[in-house]
Amino acid sequence: MKLDFSPQDESFRQEIANWLANNLCGEFDIICGRGGPGDQHSLVEERKAWEQKLYKGGWTCIGWPTEFGGRDASIEQQVIFNEEYARAQGPGRAGHIGETLVGPTLIAFGSQSQKDRYLPGILKGETFWCQGYSEPNAGSDLANVKTKAVFDETSQQWQITGQKVWTSLARESDYCFVIARTDLKSTGHRGLGFFLVPIDQPGVTVRPIKQLTGTSEFNEVFFDNAECLDDDLVGESGDGWKVAMGLLGFERGVSTLGQQMLFQNELDEVISLAKTNGSARNPQIRQRIAEAHIGLKIMRYNSLRILSSEQGDGQLQKEAMIYKLYWSSWHRNLGKLAMDVMGPEGELLQGKSYELNSLQSMYLFSRADTIYGGTNQIQRNLIAERALGMPREPRG
Amino acid sequence: MDFKFTDEQIMIRDTAEAFLVKNCPSAAVRQFMDTQLGYDPDFWKRICNEMCWQGLLIPENYGGLGLGYVELVATLEQMGRYLCCSPFYGSICLGVNALLVAGTEQQKTAFLPQILAGKTATIAYTSETGGWDSGSVQTSYKKQDSSYCLNGTYRFVPNGHSADILVLAAREEGTQGEEGISLFILPAKTSGITREWLPTIDQTRPQGQVILNNVILNGDAVMGEQGQAWAELQNILDLARIGLAAEQLGGSQQCLDSTLAYITERVQFGRPIASYQAIKHKCADMMVKVEASRSAVYHAACVADQFLNQSEDADALIEAASIAKAYGSDSFFHNAGVGIQLHGGVGITAEYDIQLYFKRAKSTEIFLGAPDYHRERLAALLLDQREVS
Repeated sequence: MKLDFSPQDESFRQEIANWLANNLCGEFDIICGRGGPGDQHSLVEERKAWEQKLYKGGWTCIGWPTEFGGRDASIEQQVIFNEEYARAQGPGRAGHIGETLVGPTLIAFGSQSQKDRYLPGILKGETFWCQGYSEPNAGSDLANVKTKAVFDETSQQWQITGQKVWTSLARESDYCFVIARTDLKSTGHRGLGFFLVPIDQPGVTVRPIKQLTGTSEFNEVFFDNAECLDDDLVGESGDGWKVAMGLLGFERGVSTLGQQMLFQNELDEVISLAKTNGSARNPQIRQRIAEAHIGLKIMRYNSLRILSSEQGDGQLQKEAMIYKLYWSSWHRNLGKLAMDVMGPEGELLQGKSYELNSLQSMYLFSRADTIYGGTNQIQRNLIAERALGMPREPRG
Repeated sequence: MDFKFTDEQIMIRDTAEAFLVKNCPSAAVRQFMDTQLGYDPDFWKRICNEMCWQGLLIPENYGGLGLGYVELVATLEQMGRYLCCSPFYGSICLGVNALLVAGTEQQKTAFLPQILAGKTATIAYTSETGGWDSGSVQTSYKKQDSSYCLNGTYRFVPNGHSADILVLAAREEGTQGEEGISLFILPAKTSGITREWLPTIDQTRPQGQVILNNVILNGDAVMGEQGQAWAELQNILDLARIGLAAEQLGGSQQCLDSTLAYITERVQFGRPIASYQAIKHKCADMMVKVEASRSAVYHAACVADQFLNQSEDADALIEAASIAKAYGSDSFFHNAGVGIQLHGGVGITAEYDIQLYFKRAKSTEIFLGAPDYHRERLAALLLDQREVS
């Protein structure tokens, strides 16, 4: 067991840190530290331009195999990239869904034609993706999707009809991947297909959801006979669930280290404010700041342990199942701590247009963390059933 | 970066577990925790002769195994899991660490072979006030030519009534705070020392009181820098805190495992109570705490190794130790408390072991500083340092 990175990895760290110092500046100054969770709707065009800059430097899709334009970077190097990126205040990645979800899914399950048509656009930061999983009646119970896909013999295309919800970045994306029911008589996780659907077409309507922050990161996406080429069905028409679950396994936790660096930036802001406004003298605030610090350090050690033990088959081991519940609960508590450190000033807005400062926004939006991507209640069920082997919930 | 046990470390852990499962069952724990000594001397001899755990951290040139802190915490975790009653913690986490951090060559040569041979050791530093900071060192010494005269009372000393070798912290008369603190090492049988057993709620971790009445020591007994040993004592205690957190981790894990075993068997309303979501969610929370404690302890063990190899400074050790001890204490107490709750009525009987873990969770939480002490220590590092201009 050892904590230090190898000399090769340290020189990799130096390389990315130098590149960021020399390139994340000038016209890109305005996106530094922007576009993270709760702010993904901001400065989208500038962040798309930044993706192309990253590509030119060879810094997109570094974990992909070299034959698809990646660097085949090791887990350690991906960890280092994400840490340095966040340390340099790199903006929220407009291309992250394409890079971390769609790309690995197509590499694993896609046809040659799908790889040829979609991977280069993701690599070059030219095409952007969003995720069409949840529906109004398929939240925690994802297998309850009702969106349907019917193959039209005349046009030789699929026609998709239904509604997706909680779709981040839908307005800024070129494509949405959608799970939809191909066998209309089926229920549950059988009879689903995984489709790559262009957003810019008459059959697709995107409507922003106004959130408690006053802003709209999430959207509803309506499909009304939206067209999708037969060539854009990934796998066979009944394989949707398998592909969808495989996709969730690809995330593998390397980006969590970058997420933690963003959390560190937020905690640093809270600490700096506490020193400035005197709340650092309040014994209870001191205890809570220390507790937040302990929680974030352990989050990092959890990640390093999980990444070190990875079996290489993309399967999450049982210790990794605690991760979502752990970080979401920690972040929600940080939001409350931030407000308590701000004190009465925390209640005041910067302007009339419901303009929140970054800590106020984090306080409000972190309530979403314990809900999306599997609520804390669902996470506890998963841990109990899959990691501890306790009896499973009855299913209707 | 490879943050997982090597094959050899896994073997050390598994060997420790197998030995304890066989030789340290609940019945044996209960038999010997009820004695004034608090452990079975024959069992300790077997640990020393068959397992050589006492030599784990002792460098090879003193006859030990020369292993590191990761191997130590892997072993301690299993001892915590099976409530192992032994003088191991005092002798190694306190005694050996004190010698490694602050011992002179002469002291190491004199005392490490004794510990290897099965002699036991401990540290006495906190006074009747029971704090863990520098102000709690209240026993005083007066320098008289080349000798030292010590007077005062120590309490809360692990195995303090029975250990063969004592490491004492005392302050020069008239000093306060971190100034004037010295460390001494001496045989417990030294003239002027009286000792007494202090019965404890957690009978698996006996404590003693040590009273010094004009104890005269010469310069050979002084460890580290005379009058300036607070920093070294802190290092020793931080290393010991990491060891304690490893024991807590094992206890925390066992609370979860024994609770799962019980609720899987226990049937109410026609189904095992493990099938109720109210119960499952509590178990999920227990697992989160176990795994997070594990990450904190293993990380702290790596930092301890780096500190002992002089590649990491004391600030890193302070931070790692306080994180592991604060989180480990809260988690163990949480898991033991929830464990009793999920055991239902039998949880509060003497018959079931969960109550023993509940008692140990509190005693280990208190010793060497409760979570609020450690959080304040971290808060001081985070909030009170002057801004660098």
